[in-house]
Amino acid sequence: MDTVLRIEDLHKSFKTGFIPKGKKILNGISLEVKAGEIFGYLGPNGAGKTTTLKCVLGLIFPDKGNIEIFGQSNLSMQAKEKIGFLPENPYFYDYLSATEFLSFYSDLTLAKKEEKKAKIATLLKLVGLEHVASLQLRKFSRGMLQRIGLAQALINDPSLVFLDEPLGGLDPLGRKEIRDVIVRLKGEGKTVFLSSHILQDIEMICDRVAILVEGHIINQGPLQDLISEKVKVTEITISGMRPEDLRDLGEHYSAQGGRILLKVFEEEKIATILQMIQTKKGKVHSLIPRTETLEDLFVGAVKQK
Amino acid sequence: MKIRAIAIITFKEAIRDRILYLLLFFAAVCIIFSRLLVLLTVGDRAKIITDVGLASLSVFGTLMAILIGTGLVYKEIDKRTIYTLLSKPIQRYQFLLGKYLGLLLTLFIMLALMTVIFLVLFLLHKYPIEGSIFIAILFIFVELCLITAVAILFSCFSTPILSTLFSLSFYLIGHVSWGLETLINKMPQGGIKTLARIIYILLPDLENFNFKTEVVHHLPIPPKIFFYSSLYGILYTVFILALAMMVFRRRDFI
Repeated sequence: MDTVLRIEDLHKSFKTGFIPKGKKILNGISLEVKAGEIFGYLGPNGAGKTTTLKCVLGLIFPDKGNIEIFGQSNLSMQAKEKIGFLPENPYFYDYLSATEFLSFYSDLTLAKKEEKKAKIATLLKLVGLEHVASLQLRKFSRGMLQRIGLAQALINDPSLVFLDEPLGGLDPLGRKEIRDVIVRLKGEGKTVFLSSHILQDIEMICDRVAILVEGHIINQGPLQDLISEKVKVTEITISGMRPEDLRDLGEHYSAQGGRILLKVFEEEKIATILQMIQTKKGKVHSLIPRTETLEDLFVGAVKQK
Repeated sequence: MKIRAIAIITFKEAIRDRILYLLLFFAAVCIIFSRLLVLLTVGDRAKIITDVGLASLSVFGTLMAILIGTGLVYKEIDKRTIYTLLSKPIQRYQFLLGKYLGLLLTLFIMLALMTVIFLVLFLLHKYPIEGSIFIAILFIFVELCLITAVAILFSCFSTPILSTLFSLSFYLIGHVSWGLETLINKMPQGGIKTLARIIYILLPDLENFNFKTEVVHHLPIPPKIFFYSSLYGILYTVFILALAMMVFRRRDFI
């Protein structure tokens, strides 16, 4: 697969305070994003995710390091023609209507006039805002702003889309809709660089991830390689049994309606437990094997750091 | 195309600024106020209206240029609209030039509106409108082009309050620096005179664009002066804009 984004040894520090004192934000970031994948860029608040994105987009200049987009300098116009960007908590010219707003961004990308109208209508439909096309942005909710921001990022039909916390501030339905759009972008052959700290979303849609902590990438690779398939714990919900009967089998918690949640850490014990429940006329309501999650990996990595 | 798109959006934004209309209102009040001054004056009443009218155009035009110009770029950075703009295939100089031209368009329309008020007052008094009035207004606009460039330059690296103070200082210094030239002419030859001349060259001389006295008193204006004043205005504006672009080109948008 072709590399669409290559970052090599990226360093960035900011000078703050009355007597300027350098604060290192990025300490040698290196990563590669392949064509057609959804790349998750994970990290706690303040890790340097947005700073990395700003360096890539040419909004700030790195102290050291090299950034290439489609094999060209990230600052070249040819590279910028192929990218789209949705910032975190986007703010736009709120006196413009959704259509006027997209029309303005379309003018910046030199879209042909005849194509412009059709493109704007398609994008408004894609992000579910076709019914508010003539509404001023000042009347938009946060979720609607996020969606119009996504439409703006796609106005030039980019091959690589950078999304900074695109699911922040959205309700569950809104999150699902944006997730669906992101997956659809991948289906269209676009590459998505998704910066977020909402792990469930990343886990659901990303092909590869990089975990950033304090300006260092501490882990990166395909999701299935990073997360172990081995069952960590099996959760069994049981009724018709006394908690004493389950002693020494695992951790047990009383749940509502006389049900007991039993957490078994040794996989080989499961068959014996099920047999015992059957013998004692108990009932198994559910049995869920839990493998390692991205959250476990993330929390472990952050703690280790 | 890209510069035009930014200029239009800047214009749309600027005409929504309430400060603009407040200043337009005060300018109108001042121009109309000259009617009252006429009642208290003995002599050529048209001179009073011309003098007060042109001064109002100049002062309120400058205030518009500074108060709106100093916030234009800063607001884009503060509200982070610049993030999405500069991630598009657009050069930083194109963005800055678009902002500048958008504000100039706004100022041109405001100056035209103030001129209409001014001329209506002239017509009401049945005073003849001389062509030289338009020359004076044209040079007020040339001065506004320069002041706007200065306001945008400061806006590239400073807060609106500081930028306003810097730009106002530029305007005030620009209108008194001619005094330095008079002083230099009376100085004896020597190091201090050379130093004073260097300072005078570096400082702006906005009196180059002031033709109010000539218009009010019907004095002849040599064509050579037009040429040099225009050239001075264009070169100074280009220099300040180039400086602004240099500052903006390497700026981090945190």
